[in-house]
Amino acid sequence: MIKKRMISLILAAAAAATVLSACSDTTADSSSEKSAAASEGAAQAEKITLTNVSYDPTRELYQNYNELFVDYYKTTYGGDIEVIQSHGGSGSQARSVIEGSEADVVTLALAHDITLIEQSGLIDSGWLDEFDLSSSPYTSTIVFLVRKGNPKQLKDWDDLTKDGVEIINPDPKSSGGACWNFLAAWKYALDKNGNDEEKAKEFVRKLYANVTVMDSGARGATTTFVENGQGDVLIAWENEAINSVKEYPDDYEIVTPSVSILAQPSVAIVDANAEKNGTADAAKIYLEYLYSDEAQKIIGENGYRPTNEEILNSFSDKFDLNVNLCTIDDFGGWDAAYETFFDDGAIFDEIYDY
Amino acid sequence: MKLKRRGRTTNVIPGFKLTLGITILMVSLLILIPLASVLVFSFRLSPAEFVKLITAKNVVSAFKTSIICSLIAALINSIFGLILAWVLVKYEFPGKRILDGLIELPFALPTAVAGITLSKMYSNTGFPGKYFSSVGIDVSYTKIGIVVALVFIGIPFTVRAVQPVLEKLDPQYEEAAYILGANSKTTFFKVIFPELFPSLLTGFGLALARGIGEYGSVIYISGNSAKDGTQVVSYVIMQKLERMDYASATAIALVLLIISFTLLFVINIIQIRRAKRISAR
Repeated sequence: MIKKRMISLILAAAAAATVLSACSDTTADSSSEKSAAASEGAAQAEKITLTNVSYDPTRELYQNYNELFVDYYKTTYGGDIEVIQSHGGSGSQARSVIEGSEADVVTLALAHDITLIEQSGLIDSGWLDEFDLSSSPYTSTIVFLVRKGNPKQLKDWDDLTKDGVEIINPDPKSSGGACWNFLAAWKYALDKNGNDEEKAKEFVRKLYANVTVMDSGARGATTTFVENGQGDVLIAWENEAINSVKEYPDDYEIVTPSVSILAQPSVAIVDANAEKNGTADAAKIYLEYLYSDEAQKIIGENGYRPTNEEILNSFSDKFDLNVNLCTIDDFGGWDAAYETFFDDGAIFDEIYDY
Repeated sequence: MKLKRRGRTTNVIPGFKLTLGITILMVSLLILIPLASVLVFSFRLSPAEFVKLITAKNVVSAFKTSIICSLIAALINSIFGLILAWVLVKYEFPGKRILDGLIELPFALPTAVAGITLSKMYSNTGFPGKYFSSVGIDVSYTKIGIVVALVFIGIPFTVRAVQPVLEKLDPQYEEAAYILGANSKTTFFKVIFPELFPSLLTGFGLALARGIGEYGSVIYISGNSAKDGTQVVSYVIMQKLERMDYASATAIALVLLIISFTLLFVINIIQIRRAKRISAR
């Protein structure tokens, strides 16, 4: 009996000790982690592991790019490197990095998402100028995906406001990507109506009245349009639309409107994590190499627009290069755009009345 | 061994203090502390902001949608759960074991997979969906779709709540009722149903609570349109989280929690009252 009691006492003490040490002494914890990282650093001459936290549609792009990069790193720097990919909604991926997921680099859909990580202190300020072209090695834009033969003759944004057109478009209140769709339509309406805001509001009001299914994200909207056969037109990222057409060449075609928006997915090193993991150099090489000719080709093949003009032009059969593209700067940057359009009670709430 | 047991309750597992300690630790780490942090987060809003947020048009309509749809789904689940449990307990038929196992599938299946599958099936191009829409009933992207998803995820709760009670129900009650001249309708409603009612209520409550907070399976089939009133509360919470608006998200979650808790509380009270009445008889 004494023995039994002893055992239970020891067990309880051990449990208490673990709990106490887990919550009280975080400094000891992180220092031991540091020394572990340091000893890892010594062994890192052999193999480096890099974690790239990205958003949903870039999965195939980075699969191809990582293969290329691993070869390049081995031949140029003589070391082995492994890249771990993580994909999800851009906003929730940013949130997971802030909450402590071990990303060495982030490659997200919006500069705004990276700014949020910067505000948490994990990324040094000035990341936007760390790499060329505001740290966006590739771009994309917003296009229409319509059913083969374009039965409703949807050529441009104003065709989408006609009666009886059913639009599938994700909810800008929950999907970062869907904000681009709204802004592209807004810019078209402003241009058409001589910058008259009231008329532009009327235009987007009509447009969003035609939206029959408002999914929570871009992938959900694609499923609704492609798999479930809803609606006449899907307002989508060009790279997603290209993938859908590649998969079902007999069922869909892409229409590029006269005005659209230049979406600039951004990349950055998560400085705090990379320093801790001893991967800062490798992370820099990883992101810089995205601008190389070979990488830019892979980018084009995966449906993103390369930023290298020459290589972009070689894909002119794939991308409509005559579209008039505005950028987020035309709206005063993301923070201003959110405030004007998407915050509670802002323009989107005003035009999407119910 | 006999000596050791003297003066104690006859417990098979030793160490009341240890097991209680572990229980309290687990409950604190997994339930109490997270719930407390929800409270703390939501108190970052001033009372005026809180009221403004909770009474916003889209939030109120989301609460209505969530509660009404889960109530309907829980009701459907209670009826069909009872029938299913009845079939599984009272009759022998080939494939009964398989059917019994299938009941739990909604627990095992990732809810997002269920949601995508259901939305495809019940859209106006899917297999049963096109027949529904040809008679003018659209299921996917409407409130009916939400109810379908909630019936799917809630059915195991009612079946599994009723089944064991039904199994233990003494057949002599039925026989006695029959001998005393009751017809089958009277036997069911006056003899069997009162015995099953408490467990049915438990299943109803669990299915309801699960339905009110459900996200994964609902999100793909509902269409999430504020205009059509097909946004559920969990979707609105995700909207706020997506914008890093933790305070608003947790504030809505807190209200959701209170509503669920109140519903379960009311159900418990009804059960206690009934138990008292039965024991008083």
